[in-house]
Parts: sequence; C-alpha cells; structure tokens
Amino acid sequence: MQIKNIATFFAVMLLAALMPVFAQDDIYPAKPYNGLLFIKNATIHIGNGQVVENGTIEVNAGKIVRVGKDIAIPADDVKVFDAKGKHVYPGLILSVSNLGLVEVPTVRATSDVQEIGTINPSIRSIVAYNTDSKIINTVRSNGVLLANIVPDGGVISGSSSVVQLDAWNWEDAAYKMDAGIHFRMPALFVRPNPFAAFLGNTAPAGDPVKRSLEQIDQVKATLREAQAYGKQTGVKETNLKMQAMQGLFTRKQKFYIHCDVVKEMLVAIDFVKEFNLDVVIVGGSESWQIADLLKKYNIPVILNQMHSLPTLPDDDVDQPYKTAVLLQKAGVLYAINDEDGQHRGKNLPFNAGTAAAYGLSKEEALSAITLNAAKILGVSDRTGSLEAGKDANIVVSEGDILDMRSSIVTMAFIQGRQIDLNNKHTQLNERYKQKYSLK
Amino acid sequence: MRKLSMFLWGICLSLSLFAQPTFPVNGVADQRDPCYAFTHATLVGQNTLTDATLVIRAGKISAVGNNVSIPADAIIIDCKGKFIYPSFIDIYADYGIAIPQRPQGGGFFGPQQITSNQKGAYGWNQAIRSDVDGSKLFTVDDAKAKPLRELGFGAVLTHQKDGIARGTGTIVSLASMKENQVIIKEKASAHYSFNKGSSTQSYPASVMGSISLLRQTYIDAQWYKNNPDKEGMNLSLQAWNNSLNLPQIFDAGDKWAAMRADRIGDEFGYQYIIKAGGNEYQRISEMASTKASFILPLNFPQAMDVEDPNDARFVALADMKHWEMAPSNPAAFEKAGIPFCLTTADLRDTKAFYTNLRKAMDYGLSEGKALEALTQTPARILGVYDKVGSLEAGKIANFFIATGPVFQEKTQILQNWVQGVKYGIKEENWSDVKGTYNLTVQSAQGVSNYTVDAKSMSAANVIGKDTVTGKFSYDGKLVKLSFAPDKKSKGNIRLSGVSNGDSWNGYGEDSAGNKLTWTATLKSQPVAKADSVKKKDAVKTGKMVYPFLPYGWEEKPKAENLLIKNATVWTSDEQGKLENADVLVKNGKIVQVGKNLSDASARVIDGTGKHLTAGIIDEHSHIAAASINEGGQSVTSEVRIADNLNPDDINIYRQLSGGVTTSHILHGSANTIGGQTQLIKLRWGSNDDELKFQGAPGFIKFALGENVKRSSSTQGNQRFPDTRMGVEQVMEDAFTRAKDYENEINRVTAEQKSKKGTVIDPYKSVRRDLELEALVEILNKKRFITCHSYVQTEIVAAMKVGEKMGFTFNTFTHILEGYKVADKMKAHGANASTFSDWWAYKNEVFDAIPQNPAIMQRVGLNVAINSDDAEMARRLNQEAAKSIKYGGLTEEEALKMVTINPAKMLHVEDKVGSIRAGKDADLVLWSDNPLSIYAKAEKTIVDGIVYFDRQKDQEMRKQVAAERNRLILKMTGEKKSGGPVGPAVPSYQVLLNCGDHSHSHGFLTIDMD
Repeated sequence: MQIKNIATFFAVMLLAALMPVFAQDDIYPAKPYNGLLFIKNATIHIGNGQVVENGTIEVNAGKIVRVGKDIAIPADDVKVFDAKGKHVYPGLILSVSNLGLVEVPTVRATSDVQEIGTINPSIRSIVAYNTDSKIINTVRSNGVLLANIVPDGGVISGSSSVVQLDAWNWEDAAYKMDAGIHFRMPALFVRPNPFAAFLGNTAPAGDPVKRSLEQIDQVKATLREAQAYGKQTGVKETNLKMQAMQGLFTRKQKFYIHCDVVKEMLVAIDFVKEFNLDVVIVGGSESWQIADLLKKYNIPVILNQMHSLPTLPDDDVDQPYKTAVLLQKAGVLYAINDEDGQHRGKNLPFNAGTAAAYGLSKEEALSAITLNAAKILGVSDRTGSLEAGKDANIVVSEGDILDMRSSIVTMAFIQGRQIDLNNKHTQLNERYKQKYSLK
Repeated sequence: MRKLSMFLWGICLSLSLFAQPTFPVNGVADQRDPCYAFTHATLVGQNTLTDATLVIRAGKISAVGNNVSIPADAIIIDCKGKFIYPSFIDIYADYGIAIPQRPQGGGFFGPQQITSNQKGAYGWNQAIRSDVDGSKLFTVDDAKAKPLRELGFGAVLTHQKDGIARGTGTIVSLASMKENQVIIKEKASAHYSFNKGSSTQSYPASVMGSISLLRQTYIDAQWYKNNPDKEGMNLSLQAWNNSLNLPQIFDAGDKWAAMRADRIGDEFGYQYIIKAGGNEYQRISEMASTKASFILPLNFPQAMDVEDPNDARFVALADMKHWEMAPSNPAAFEKAGIPFCLTTADLRDTKAFYTNLRKAMDYGLSEGKALEALTQTPARILGVYDKVGSLEAGKIANFFIATGPVFQEKTQILQNWVQGVKYGIKEENWSDVKGTYNLTVQSAQGVSNYTVDAKSMSAANVIGKDTVTGKFSYDGKLVKLSFAPDKKSKGNIRLSGVSNGDSWNGYGEDSAGNKLTWTATLKSQPVAKADSVKKKDAVKTGKMVYPFLPYGWEEKPKAENLLIKNATVWTSDEQGKLENADVLVKNGKIVQVGKNLSDASARVIDGTGKHLTAGIIDEHSHIAAASINEGGQSVTSEVRIADNLNPDDINIYRQLSGGVTTSHILHGSANTIGGQTQLIKLRWGSNDDELKFQGAPGFIKFALGENVKRSSSTQGNQRFPDTRMGVEQVMEDAFTRAKDYENEINRVTAEQKSKKGTVIDPYKSVRRDLELEALVEILNKKRFITCHSYVQTEIVAAMKVGEKMGFTFNTFTHILEGYKVADKMKAHGANASTFSDWWAYKNEVFDAIPQNPAIMQRVGLNVAINSDDAEMARRLNQEAAKSIKYGGLTEEEALKMVTINPAKMLHVEDKVGSIRAGKDADLVLWSDNPLSIYAKAEKTIVDGIVYFDRQKDQEMRKQVAAERNRLILKMTGEKKSGGPVGPAVPSYQVLLNCGDHSHSHGFLTIDMD
C-alpha cells in the first residue's frame, strides 16, 4: 500500500511535469476513503499541548479512532504511512481569510469580498467561495487545511463560513456554514491624516469618535430590533437581515468584532453584556493591555497579524511578536492568524513560530493555529486536534512545522482523504526545472 | 509726568500725514511734518541710554542722546520712567500678501498634470514662482498690522508663502498708510522652500523632487543668462537671476530639511538664511555646520490632554519630549553662537508671542539676544540697518514706548510709533493711576473734601469721615467714582469726569439728586517698586538623545575592539561555517578570524552556543527617507534619495534588532526611470550624512510594468507610458537622448580645446541636464541599475534595450518571474534580488513562485532576498531560510542570499557581506541557527559599534516607560495648573513604500507611496 502510494505520487509529479497546460486542472480533490488508515512512527503533536513520541494515529472512515503508542496495525487492506522522523500535526486553521473570495486584489473582477451597504448581515461568504481559486492549493501545501472565509466591507459585513480546503464546490467545502457575523467597529480614536488636506480630502466636520459611537449605537439598535423580530409571533413580514441575525441570540453564531484599540474592545464588551452574544475580537493588536478583562468576559481574540510593526516607536521592539504570550499568560483564548496580503495566508505556521520564538512554547503556538482556532470558530468538536472522534485533518512535516528551516509538508489529509499537495507553484517549478534541465 | 495725554490723535493724523506729491488732494491740502521730542526716556539699544531724549521729525529719527537740544517746534512728550525700543522687525511674515490655496489633487494614483497651468512667457514648472514680486502683491491690511504693532513690531519682510521658488519679498512698515509710503525696500529678499504649494503640476511630488527642481533651475538660470536665444523669453528664469543678489531665505521648517537646503546653497554658492521649524535644537551642531543665519518661530507645542490613559497610549514619547524641550530652541542657537532672528510666523495666535518668548528665556535665551533677534539681526541680514533696527538719527521713526523692560511680564507697551505716527496700545497705562488724590466735591450745599486712594484702574477707597470702598473705574481718560459719603449713608455720591493728567474734574449727583461738580488732584504716588525679577530655577528637562526617539543614544557611540569567542561563525565565504571560532574586531574592522584568538585591548563577547554571521544586507528598502517616490514624470533620474535621508526613523533600530546592518534605500516604482538610490549603514543615532555607506558606487532605480503604467490609477492615466510597449520606448528614448547629450558635450569640449585660450566649459552652451547626466553615468558604468520588474516580457525587453544602448541591468529587483528567463538574465549579466514567497497581490505577480530564488540561483545568477518592507526586513534571515524549504538550498547558500550575494550585486563585497579579515566589522550574534525562526539577534554590530544589544534594549524599555510616565505626569500637571492644553493627538508613523503593498503595519501607520 505504501509503495502504491509513492507510485501515485510519482505519477502525479510526472504528469505535472509533462502537462502542457498549468491551470491546476489536474489537481483533483481527493476521493473519500472509508477504510482504515494509519500513520505510524511519528512525533505526534496533538494540538492540545501534548506530544506523543513515536506514536500512531488510527483513522477510520475519515475520523480519528485513536492516537497512541501501541496501536496494532492490521495486515488487511489498510493504508499505512510511515512517518518515521517526521512530525504530525492537526490541520492548521486560518481563522480569518478571504481565500476563494479574492484572487488578485488589484483586479476588481476577481474580487468578491466587499459588498455595498453598511448593515449586511444576510450577506454570506460561502456562496462566493471559489474552490477553484489558484491560491487555495498553495496555502494547504503549507499545512493549512481549514479556513474561515470572511466578507469585508460596511459595518456589518455579513456571515463567514468555515471551509475545508479540498473540495469540488462550495457546498462540498462547507465545514460550518454561516457560523458567525462580522462587525467592523468604527474607529474610536482620532485619525488625523496629515495627507488628507494635501490630497484634497477634507474630513467630515465634527468629532470622529462621536460619529463612530453613533454608528455603534446604530448597530446596537439593529440588534435590539433583530432580537424583537425573533420574538414576534404569528404572521410577519420577512426581513432577511433580521432573520440572518437570529443565530446570534441563541449563540449558534459567533459575533466577530473587528477592532484593535482598548476603547473599542471595551465597547465590544457591551455586546456580551447587553445581548449575551458569543463575541470574538478580531485584530486585537492592543488586546495585551486588557487581557484580564477579556478573560473575565470570556472574549477570545484572533490576532490577525503577528508579523506587524509595533504600534508606536516607544513600544518594545518585539511587541506584536510577544502579544500572544501575554494573552496566554492571562488565560485568554486566542488564535494566531495570517492575514498578510502578500502571501495570502500560507505563512500561518510561521506567524505561530514567531510567537514561539517570543515566549510561547511550541505546543502553545501550535494550539494557537489549531485547537484554539477551532474553539473560537466553533468547530473544535470536529477538528483542531488529533483526538479520537474528530475528523482526520492531519498534516505531516519533515520537521518542526513552525520553523521555515524545517517545515516541509509531505502529506496532508482532510477527513481522512490524502490530498494532493501540488499547486500552481510546484507545477511552474517543475515546468522550469524542465526548461533548465535541473534536477 | 502727566503733561500731555494724547491718545485719540493717532488715527486722524495718520490719514493726512506725508501726503504724496503726485496724488491729487480732495479738499484742502494738509501737509504736516510734526516734530516730537521724547524726553527723560530709557532708550534701549546696543548702548542703552537713560534719561535720554529721542527727537523725530517727518517720520524719521532726527536726534538721539542725553544732551539733545530740543527743537523749538517740538511737541514734548515726557517719558520719565518709560522705555523706548526700536520697533521689532519680523523677517518672516506674509502680511498683506494672500497665500493661494491649493486645489484638490495629488497622490500616487491621483490625477496627473504634466505641464504648467501658468499662462505666459514663464518657465516649465508651476512651482517655480520666481516671477512673483511681493511688492506688487502687497496691500496694507490694518486688521493684520494691528496685532503685530501691539506686540511692538514696526516693520516686516513679507512675501508670498507659496511654491518652491517664491519670488521676492518686500520690507514694509506696519503703518496704516498707502502702500506707496510703507514700502521700505521693494525687493529685499528671495524665497524658496521644498513645498510646491498651490502648484497642481505633478512634478515634483516629493522632497527630493523639489531639491532636484531647485538644482536644475539654478543650472538653467545660469545657462539662460549665456544662451537667451536658445530658450526664448523665460520670465521665470530672468526673475530668478535678478533676485540672486538678494538675501536668500529658505523655508526649511525642520532640522533635516535645513541640512538639505543648506547643501543646495553650498552647491551653487549661496548661503541661505534658513527658516526653522522648531526642532533644530535636536541637532544643534549640525545646524551650526550650515553657517547659516536662522529664523526661529516660537510656536512651541501645547501640552496634550493625556489624563485618559487610552489617549495617552498613542502619544509618542518623542512628541512629549519635543513638547518639553521645544522652548529651548532659541537658547540652543544662542549657546551655539548661531545668528538668528525671531518671528511670529507659525504661531497659532500672535498673542502667544510674549508668553512663548518668556518661556524661551526661562530655558536660557538672554534678553539681549532676544532683542537683537527682533531688531538688529533681521535689519542687518536684510541690509536695512540704515533704516530700521535701532534708535539712531536718520532711521525711520519706528519705536515703541513701554512701561519697563519689554520682556518682563508686567511691562506694557503703551504706544508703537511707526514711521513717526503713533499707534496707541495700552495708553491707559501711560500714567499710573495709583496714588492718593485730594477730592473736592462742590454742591449747592457746600464743599466737602475727601481723599481718594486709587489702588488700580478699577479699585479705590474714599476716605472722608470713614474709609469706604468706592466703585471706581479709570480708562486713562474717563473717570467714574461712586461712594457713600460715610458708612451710615445709604445713598452714594456718583461722580463722572475726565482726567487731564494729574487732575481730574467732572460732574456728579448725590443720593438726593443734587447736582455737583468735583475736582481731584494727585497728592502722592506710591513709590514704584522695582519690578522684582524672581530668579527662576533653570528649567529641568529630560535628556537629549540621538536620534530624538526612544532607544536613542545619550552619547554618540564609539567603536570598540571586540573579541567574539567560541561562536559558530558563518563566514559566507570560502571558509564556510566554522565551529567554535573567534572573530577579532579592531577600529571598526574585522582583523582576524580563527581559533583561540586573544587581544588585550578587546572586550570579549562570549559566543558559546551562539552563531555569528555577517550583517544582513537588504537590497531593497524604503526606510530612513523623507520621500521615496518622485512619480511626477516618467523619467526622474535627477532625483536622489541621498538628498532626503531621514535618520529619525525608528525602523533603523527595529531592523538592527533583526540583524540588518546595510540597507539599499531605493526610489519607488511610480515611474520607468526613477531616482538615484542610496546605500546606508544602520548607524542609529548618526546624522543623514553619516548614514551613507562610504565608497559604494551609485545606483538608480528603474521600474517596469503595472506601477509605471499606472494600472491601479483610479482616475485614468495620462502619463506616457500606458503599456509595456511604451515602457520600453521610455527607456530607449531616454538613453538615446543621453547619448546625444554626451556627444554634444564631447563635441563642444573638443571645439573649446581646439581654440587656444578658451576656458573649457561645455555647459556654457550645452544646457547641463541632471536627468541625462545620471543616464550618461549608467552608460559609462559609473552608475548601476536596480530595476523593479516582474513578468518575463518586460524583463527581456529591458535587457534588449540595455544591450542595444550599451548598458547592463545590474540588478532586477522583485523579479518574480525571473525563473522564466534566468538563462537570459545570466547571459545579460544581471543579478536578481527577490522576495521569498510574495505573490498574487496584483496581476503581474500571479505567476510568482517561492521556488524562484532557488531556480535563479541554480541557473547561475547571483540572488539576494530583499524586504521592500519595514516589518519583513526584521526577519530577512527567515525569508532567506524559505529557499531551503521551497528550493532545496543549503543553509549556507540561503544565508548568503542576505549577506554576501547582495554585497556583490551592490559592488561592496570588498567591504561587507562576509566575515573575513579586512572587512568592515558588520556582524550579528544570533541566539540560535540564523536560518531558524527561533534565532534572535542578540548583538548587531556596525563598524565595530554595538548598535543593538538585546540586553541593553531590555534596560532601555524600562527607561522609555519611566520617561513616558514622567512626561505624562508633567503634561497632566500643566493641565491642572491651567496652562494651554490641546487634545491628545495620536502620533502617526508614516511609512513610505514603493506602492506594492497590501501588508499592514499597524493601525497608527500611514502607508504612503
């Protein structure tokens, strides 16, 4: 079986090398596999902080059956992968992403991320998530197997869905649909723009912070109306926007609040207090300042960009890098994300690696891009760690996946299906190795 | 003392005084030439005279001294106890000249305007407004003159504050007369700045573009003088030439801008008078090195309301420090012996002038220097000291009378005389009302006497039978007094009258309604107490640091001899990786690499378990510059990043913390032939000149593709080119012109050589063209290209142009499709400087692959990994490491892509890039394998100086926090004590880049192209 698998691998590589057209049309979503599957001899990073040395993972019909040291492998027709010397991880999760919505940001026609309007709760990212995006395969080849696809724009941007990254179409990809609604909080600090006058953009009169607070009040008023709408009985006129928000009040949907500064995060707490919403802060670059408060209200944080500059020249030179450890110490649930538009999310493990370099343990850093993310996105019952009962979303790496020096993903499985790690990059690489006769 | 009270005169007099002969009179001629003698005054000047007399006649000072004979026709004004000063001169005013407002437009992808909007026989650039003649624009504006007169100013140099060349300024008095009479010197100065003001023309769009435009205009003006026929009439250049002999005033407005301006002056043989911005104290020795006179504003920043910790969070330490130290600016100039004038310019409110001036004095500015800076210095600089600036016979009668030394808080200016005309200011204070008066009230009932004890202009006691408090008011002329004749009486006696100096008289009524008349005469005045000047404690401020940022140096660092022992040394050369090796550094150079080294003079750094590499070299960076993109034209080879370096960039320190020691600061990618680049070393704390990498050959930035054809412009593109076809033509055309230019210079030079006795100067007839000059340097291999490029078509097209015209593309930077044409690049002789894994952020990078560096390397190109990003530059070692992962390079190969490879492509491999005896001691000591994400730079060394030390950094964090806290408390104290306080303003960080970014840098950062 192992030999067969390697043969398939070479066949794909050979095919890739010979293919005249490189539109990734030959990279197929993997077929479902309902049999038994074992990954053995691996250093298994569970995702919850634990590590099993020289262990085995048993998978049946796409679900993890058990993970441990002394797991017997039957001699039947089962798939067995020897991961000797390799590291095995849960599939990494991009907790905020525009994957599949945006192909080339500067080409308007390829962007489906930002809708017109300010209050758009009924807008659903999932319906525009393009599984054929050329970006997706480059991301998963670095171990990212799931992503939360988030719409942008307006104040209430719409709902996000969690997808798995190996599918024929968005319905197949959907992992958890419409799992949260995104609120982009208007800034609660004055943004003087020294260039606005030069560019001829005169700021609207009045206090911008006051204006923001008014907008926030409008959002609260909308939520109150939605809540009332849900309590209405009998025949009523349908309001799609109101309807779309009902899951918030039953906490079936998360309420993602995109904000950075302390005042904004303090206002975010209002939404827990008044509406009992399941609030998640996205961004939170200043979250370390009020970590205790966030802990108190059980508000998790998605750190959108570890690789950022400190806010002020005064700040510690490594401030964004060490934000994660400050949240960790305070007991806040947080995830690390990679929203960087220059490489489109594939450096997620290295964002976590940076946090590990600046204070987290490697396993904590791993949790920040696996189990923590799954918890925050509401999918931890199915993924985020290599634990019995969960989907077999598994990544195998030559070495430490958090360190680019050793992070070479050799295999990946989504729901027990071994996915093709080829992508536009590897194909172009093969094509030009051919040109230059490189080995 | 109270002989003459004369307010109310001034206004009516000024209307008819000094009639102009050519102007018809509507009415009866009323020519007057009054003569005044101001006696017993203290006349302040270089030699202050006490009990002296000042005589003026017909608007001029006719005599000054202690023994002046007073003309018979003089009107005598007794100035006993008064101080008379020459009226102040503001050398940097816009009085009476409107500043044109800039219409909308601008920005990286904004609308373009290629040619000037100015109609007429003027020059090509709308920002060169040398034709502006301030005297022609000037109109008298009494509403603006009045507040200045009230401060004691009598004359100003005014000009139109608009444009890069601003034309000439004119010296005017602040008299309220016709323009004809107040102009003291019609053309008194020529003015310049870096700000194009109302010009809507695209070029220049950057500080370095403004500098280049000024340089080229100096050249053009000189050339125009010699070759008027070739150019045709050019009123701008003509006016430029005509004003070169005037005092040249440059509005720099910032310490580094002052240096930039001064260098232009040095190049063309002009010494500017530099208008400062207020932060020059931060680099006072550099200011002194300009040898310029300065014009200092007094616009000290207000305290901010930092009571709310959330607001305080976003106010940077440097802003708070500047708030604390800004008032020391004039004193710093005085201490450094730099001549300076003071101006009211930039003050939010002119009323703050004395408050701020006194604050400057608290910080050490002497009264004498302040007076000089407001009188003699500006007058001498402008060459009008024969007319204004002191109290001397023959000068214009511009002087003011004050109750005492003018800089003291209690002193009031009573009158300001401008051109011999009096403008009353606080005349009510001329005579001190304080004193006791004999009051006689006469009514039908008889005469009653009281004593009035006037305490102030609004308080007096009346002493009769009893002592009662009266209701009193005195405004210098009118007196009102109402009082109860004794304590028991219910009604008041109400008096109203006028003062005639020492005596008052008037009319009144008693409580019964009986009419009465009254007089009061001064009996005695309190002995005036000398204005007791409390010796204030010297102001305490935080320490000066270099640069003026957190983590700056209190003392400039010095090179040490260092011995790094027992480290894993990654040499990045043939020696490879040496385990347990030592590196000895002396006098800024690596002197020895080996084992078991020792040197008594060296400080030993234990490298056990650590890794030592050469300093990281970033081939593509945009930090430490005031501007990056000059996108105003498609060819801007004349602009130079070197002209606008900014050492006050925290990213220098941040990148040192990531092991970067050398950065190539590139022009942006807005145009095909961009500007000249500058290689710098990250010498944190040094000045702009010291940042430069000495001995490195010059480079220039080119760019191809989407950015230069303005693909992302939301407002359409009018600038050629709009396609890659056009981009190719821009290059071919530019180099064709450059060749013709060089040929013409050679031809003229040969011609001059053939004629004996001819001075060899081709530029007498050939217009020296800074743009083409840089291209000729490329053709002669004296300047090298680094070319922003992405797709294979444009890469090949560029190389073909180069090969046709005879030059090489030294480096293709970005070069994300380099892997497609690596063989052709190798044949051409190009280097490649690329990203590790950026892609899909725009259309032309959709075929970018992370295997690109490795493929190019394996095909035989010299490959570097660059940042183009102030954040990623801190992790360049990790970026290099990605080629191990994606391209299968060895660790040593990967490290070379950020050390020796970029050194080679920058032609500085003899100085930096590897660890080898004889090279600069630019080293990084890492905590871990330098290709690992877990490696941190513990020490970053440039020229043998430890510029970043992670341990010291930990200490400095505490100091920064303490200093922040101290200043927040001080600002809050200012608020409590009722001082002026403004809202907290978040300190934004402007980050310049070349327009290729979707990477965010935090919410306080403004990414600018």
